Amino acid sequence: MSRSINWRGFVQAWSEHVDFPLFRITMLLMGVGLLTVFSATWSGQERMPSQLLNMAAALVLMFVVARIPPQRLMQLAWPMYLFGLVLLVLVMLFGIKVNGAKRWLSLGFTRIQPSEIMKIAMPLVMAWYFHHFENRRWFSKYLGALLILLIPSALIAKQPDLGTAILVFSAGFYVIFLAGLSWWVLGGLAAAAMAVAPFAWHFLHDYQQKRILTLIDPTTDPLGSGYHIIQSTIAIGSGGVIGKGYMSGSQAQLEFIPEKHTDFIFAVFAEEWGMIGNVILVVLYGFLIERGLRISLRASTTFNRLLAGSITMGFFTYAFVNMGMVSGILPVVGVPLPFISYGGTALVTLCTGLGILMSIETHRTNR
Amino acid sequence: MSRKDHRFTESPVLKDQLASWRIHFVSALIFGALLALVGRAFYLQLIHEDFLQERGDARYRRVLEIPASRGKILDRHGDMLAQSTPMRAVWATADAKLDKEQLKALGDLLEMDPRQIEKKLNGDKNFVYLKHQVSPDAAARIAALKLPGIQMDREYSRFYPAGDMVAHMVGFTGKDDRGQEGVELAFESRLIGTNGERTVIKDRRGQIVEEVGSERPPQDGEDIQLAIDSKIQFIAFNALRNAVDKFNAKGGSVIVADIKTGEILALANWPTYNPNNRSQLSGGQLRNRAVTDSFEPGSTMKPFIAALALDRGKYKFDSIINCAPGKMTIGTATISDAHPHGALTLAQVIQKSSNIGATKIALGFPSEDMWTMFSKVGFGKPVGLGFPGEVGGRLRPWQTWKPIEQATMSYGHGISVTVVQLAHAYTAFARDGDTVPLSLLKTKGQVAGQPVFAPETSRQVRLMLEMVVSPEGTANKAAVPGYRVGGKTGTAHKLVGGRYANKYLASFVGIGPISDPRLVVGVVVDEPVGGHYGGDVAGPVFSEVMGGALRTLGVPQDKDSTPAALKVASTPAAASAAQANVPTGAAKKKGAH
Repeated sequence: MSRSINWRGFVQAWSEHVDFPLFRITMLLMGVGLLTVFSATWSGQERMPSQLLNMAAALVLMFVVARIPPQRLMQLAWPMYLFGLVLLVLVMLFGIKVNGAKRWLSLGFTRIQPSEIMKIAMPLVMAWYFHHFENRRWFSKYLGALLILLIPSALIAKQPDLGTAILVFSAGFYVIFLAGLSWWVLGGLAAAAMAVAPFAWHFLHDYQQKRILTLIDPTTDPLGSGYHIIQSTIAIGSGGVIGKGYMSGSQAQLEFIPEKHTDFIFAVFAEEWGMIGNVILVVLYGFLIERGLRISLRASTTFNRLLAGSITMGFFTYAFVNMGMVSGILPVVGVPLPFISYGGTALVTLCTGLGILMSIETHRTNR
Repeated sequence: MSRKDHRFTESPVLKDQLASWRIHFVSALIFGALLALVGRAFYLQLIHEDFLQERGDARYRRVLEIPASRGKILDRHGDMLAQSTPMRAVWATADAKLDKEQLKALGDLLEMDPRQIEKKLNGDKNFVYLKHQVSPDAAARIAALKLPGIQMDREYSRFYPAGDMVAHMVGFTGKDDRGQEGVELAFESRLIGTNGERTVIKDRRGQIVEEVGSERPPQDGEDIQLAIDSKIQFIAFNALRNAVDKFNAKGGSVIVADIKTGEILALANWPTYNPNNRSQLSGGQLRNRAVTDSFEPGSTMKPFIAALALDRGKYKFDSIINCAPGKMTIGTATISDAHPHGALTLAQVIQKSSNIGATKIALGFPSEDMWTMFSKVGFGKPVGLGFPGEVGGRLRPWQTWKPIEQATMSYGHGISVTVVQLAHAYTAFARDGDTVPLSLLKTKGQVAGQPVFAPETSRQVRLMLEMVVSPEGTANKAAVPGYRVGGKTGTAHKLVGGRYANKYLASFVGIGPISDPRLVVGVVVDEPVGGHYGGDVAGPVFSEVMGGALRTLGVPQDKDSTPAALKVASTPAAASAAQANVPTGAAKKKGAH
């Protein structure tokens, strides 16, 4: 008889586990994303409707994940990690090659990208690890962590998918760092990294080397690997302070920007909204990260704290690497702009992360 | 909650402090990174903005030229002599990849061999013209094929409806639509117009996606209306061509000028060329002889000596000059007449064209006086029509003249002029003693002249000139039925390598009608064969052109067509009477429009 009461109960039940500050910021970012995807694609293949569907699906997933208590997530950590690892090995063996990279696994009806699973599985399993082994002697503790971290990262980097490998690696590394990695070790690692860098250089693929070189001076190869950076910095710069106005970014509309609805969507946005829009977007991400770190700080268990911290810093990494790459301060790696770039996979991963954050926040005992 | 949570809370203080410390550090790092992004935005969008905006604009903003249409060249009645038709130039970019079928279709429309097109496309150029001057119709059909990388530009083709008839007057333009000869070159700055501009936005593939508001429409060139009368030009051109044919001559020129306004109603040269097809063009064909070729005018110069003599009051119309025995020695040189004469009146000196007579008169004047008169009628300097390559002939300063030179100059040797200069000088006889500046362009009404002789002098010279075309004169073939006309023959030995060769230049310059002059016609025929006297070669051309032109202009006839009337003019008294008898009143008014 009383459908309305049921409806209210339903909303109440689901909203119980929604963190509204996080949700509001996310909705704002997704709104910006929808508008920009529309502007970037209206003249060609219209992508906004399907992005809307992607967002809806990802949000539903977020609500579902938010309802899962952190203890349950902890139980899922290892199965998920191992499942991801197996899939990564399968990709290496049977993956489909697209543009010279083996990143996809065909299931017949659809293709999946196992490295995406690792983006969630890595912080989960690392948080689990440090939660359980925090009292171990540091050497054995870190050795184990390093293995957990490096195996999937290396597999992904080998595909090659440097962007995702960096994201997965950093997600794990953030956990190690937050778990209390000694400053000495950290300093030692930094020194070692610098020492190894010249050798590591040779292990990079040609195109990866080129991307780093063109970052230093994009004009050395204006038609090749420098093209993306030149095009996007011109687009951003020509936006000026107040921008050219929505749908009026000539560089973007005239298709000078490559991948303009995916990885380089920031250039479209920055051309149309200018420095003001640019700063607002950075501030929005700042609020998102601030909220995530606050959740991490308030979390009641080591697992929760490390997991929330890692996921939040993952968001930061996404945003920083993407905007840094598009505006020409970081090399070109395939990282989408969180909540704004077109693409379902990234949205699903991001919203799963959001769900976990919400779960951690809303399942606290001392709320 | 669970056991694990409890275990964690065993040492909450320590853990909290450690982790929060780290998180604050991390927060600071993140804040720094985000600040870097804002800083980068600041750099790109505020500091570097101008440069990048410019670079951005340069990428898609293109200024396209809209060619202005070159002005038309018209004759005095508005008939088209040169006009521009919009055409297309078809060109290809490097991404023009055409299959066999497309090549064939394109070849058909361009009237080119498909293999030839393929060869052009396969060259290593990014840009290659396939064909110029493609008709708008064919261009539209090519555009409809939507071939990749095939593009078109607007260009104009210049068409000359009158063809070779007025080729030297009108000239032509080159591939770049710039004047190269004739009026096309002389009036280039007025004909050319100003190209317009339109700004468009092109996307990365070079397709025009938007027309930006700013557009400057092209300013078409000015139309130039020439003084040329196509009908008279046709008459002159035909008469000249026939004479050149008949006498197997090297070339020739004819000029017809309206002495009231100075307008050049016709100017024809032979050989000529077809300006619409200039693939095989020689310098000789190209030359506008009437203004570029000076020659020794010969006896056409004598009337000026007679005019000088009359003007100074030293001689009268019927003053007697002894021309016997037809030979005369000055220094070491001997001057002779073609046919020996006895005593001649001043008028008869002109009529019979006596060198001895002219010399005797000329030597009675200081060389400076002769030079001044020559200079006043325009010898020694270009007429100033504005034509490329216009020359002024040769008139040496009087200080350097020797008596023999002064003598030969009196009958047109040792001086050189163009036929245009001659016609111009003769306007002094046709008018009341003043020369009128000649004009290529249609003028508005009458123009003030440059006084040279007294009006009465000119009137009397006209009568002498009329006597030349009488049966007793040297050029009765120059007579025009129905009109009283007059003129002077010229038969000059051509100088070849500084020596007089057995080559002649026959000329005739004359005025008509004598009762109320309207036109000056000058004729030159270069190296005629089988007759070389001006009267025989150039006279008939004059007759045909003068007669045709007067009739075309509707000038009333001032003479009975009966030849008997001519004889009356052979004595001065009769001539004066004849002139007085002309029914001037009404005819004059009609003829002077």
